[in-house]
Amino acid sequence: MTIATFTIDYYQYLKPDGTLCQPRPLDLNDKTLLKLYRLMHLLRIFDGRAINLQRVGKLGTYAGVLGQEAIGVAIGHAMNADDVLVPYYRDYGAQYQRGVAFHKILQYWGGDERGSDFDNAEDFPICVPIASQNVIAAGVATAIKYRNQKRAVVTTIGEGGTSEGDFYEAINVAGAWNLPVVFVVNNNQWAISVSRGQQTHSQTIAQKAIAAGFSGEQVDGNDVIAVHERVRIALEKARNGGGPTLIEAITYRLCDHTTADDASRYRPKEELEKAWLEEPLVRLRTYLTAQKLWDDSKEEALLLECRKEIDKDVDIYLNIEIAPVTDIVDYMYAKWPESLKDQRDTLLQFGDSHHD
Amino acid sequence: MTNITLLEAVTQALAYELAHDENVVVFGEDVGLNGGVFRATDGLQLRFGANRVMDTPLAESMIAGLAIGMAAQGLKPVAEFQFMGFSYPALDNILNHAARLRNRTRGRLHCPAVFRMPFGGGIHAPEHHSESTEALYAHIPGLQVVIPSSPARAYGLLLAAIRSPDPIIFLEPKRIYRLVKQEVPDNGVALPLEKAFVLREGSDITLISWGASMHETQQAAEALAQEGISAEIIDIASIKPLDTATIVNSVNKTGRCVIVHEAAKSGGLGAEIAAQIGEKALLSLLAPIQRVTGYDTVMPYFKLENSYIPSVARIIHAAKLTLEFS
Repeated sequence: MTIATFTIDYYQYLKPDGTLCQPRPLDLNDKTLLKLYRLMHLLRIFDGRAINLQRVGKLGTYAGVLGQEAIGVAIGHAMNADDVLVPYYRDYGAQYQRGVAFHKILQYWGGDERGSDFDNAEDFPICVPIASQNVIAAGVATAIKYRNQKRAVVTTIGEGGTSEGDFYEAINVAGAWNLPVVFVVNNNQWAISVSRGQQTHSQTIAQKAIAAGFSGEQVDGNDVIAVHERVRIALEKARNGGGPTLIEAITYRLCDHTTADDASRYRPKEELEKAWLEEPLVRLRTYLTAQKLWDDSKEEALLLECRKEIDKDVDIYLNIEIAPVTDIVDYMYAKWPESLKDQRDTLLQFGDSHHD
Repeated sequence: MTNITLLEAVTQALAYELAHDENVVVFGEDVGLNGGVFRATDGLQLRFGANRVMDTPLAESMIAGLAIGMAAQGLKPVAEFQFMGFSYPALDNILNHAARLRNRTRGRLHCPAVFRMPFGGGIHAPEHHSESTEALYAHIPGLQVVIPSSPARAYGLLLAAIRSPDPIIFLEPKRIYRLVKQEVPDNGVALPLEKAFVLREGSDITLISWGASMHETQQAAEALAQEGISAEIIDIASIKPLDTATIVNSVNKTGRCVIVHEAAKSGGLGAEIAAQIGEKALLSLLAPIQRVTGYDTVMPYFKLENSYIPSVARIIHAAKLTLEFS
């Protein structure tokens, strides 16, 4: 006899050819759609500038977002200001809309902790140790539930990260405690050089939520409309006591893992070429053009405007004064221990001698 | 007022903070109705409710993650790991996030969490239940590591740990959980962190220890006193950061020092204390520092554990080597 069955739904509105496969959600009006389009362009231009800065030695190792712009942009727009984002490291599109200026993101990858002291009181900074952000997000959600607040948490992770214990521990407690948290998996098919197929034998990553006792779904991660709508619905459910949701956003990492990676060593060229046909910006532009909402001159003006905005951020970033060496010790504890005073003194005496 | 054990002092401190600060939340495996495997949280769920004293799923990394997320939201999480030997899956979150959240956000977020763990041997426990790896945690910048050795210090230091704005590893020496009773007024008065406690003043030799080994150290001091030797006893209590001033003052006075700890010798906190004395009180030393510690071995399973744990006889022997050095 069968004692449990499940289904995993797949959501898509905007097909790769730029036509709708179902009517647009009512809350996404033309104005919002144009805004999302602009944000995706802004993010792509930022991303290109960041990689260029790294190539000329003005930025450290940087994790790109090329091809995955729709996910972060949709998350950021679907969230309320008082929700909390506990991101991984390809969510600049969401972070930007929540008060994290692009020059702060550059400052972070530029090797300066002050990049994570950004203009949002509660959001977590970029998380590098894979999947640990998910259990922390469960903690944030527990605090929200403890205080009976109508807020929710979004936490993100790559598909490779879903092999980590912390991912399973996080979805497990989220289900057990009915926590107000939305897990968004950026399934970009590659975890550095390990493909989605090598990562898990599970047919979908979305179905991992089923084992944790809540619903999981797949969404076309290159369709900003679909990601926005599904994240919006999941957040509303979470804020209203409906518990967690797992959204697996199917996309493709058109860039290298980071600037320290060379994907040509492992990624088939034909696969990459095919993936370019499904990327998120072109299909939305095709749709907006067909709707008479967009044309070449608007595109040209937008690109110019976005480049100017990013230029400003790059300019701010390149002119940031190096932090005082005492910053190394002064944020370790609320108050640097008296018994370690001699270490601070040594730092003050010699800390400047290693600067360029 | 009745006398209470170190274990009951832990419960009393948790209850006091739960009663006086609604941001305090206690959680871990079996801490609810069962009151924890050692009963440290006995009765707290009944008194304060299941939303403040919570049984978690069995997942240590998650327990740490919960604490970090809750702390960043302004709660004061007190997480229990059932045994120190089970805390290591949580090390990633403790080291990479709890310990560095304030620093990596330049103070925008911080982590006022307490991670409680019973530790050490001597109770004939199963494998993996008896280790003393405090040096592992003490080595991590951003953490403070606190170890009480009496009911009064368990109460006062746990209050201080919960009220601290930074993450604290609070290690409870389970061998002496129920060993002695002491009057501990439930007055909510915290003891200072970052301070060592001089338990007995002396002039001939300084005996330094913490946790359960304080017990044997004090017995050794009694025996030495019978022979007319005046030992000063220091309970380090805060093993990170170390109160080097109290240690150095004592060694400047006595000129001789024995450090006692249950943890393995190499890279143990005894080495750090000896190095601090070497840096700050070398010329006061009349003899080499002796360390009486566990061996650089796996903590033996319980049939042989008493051969591993520093004994009174070993401490006296080390003290005599120090005193007779010339």
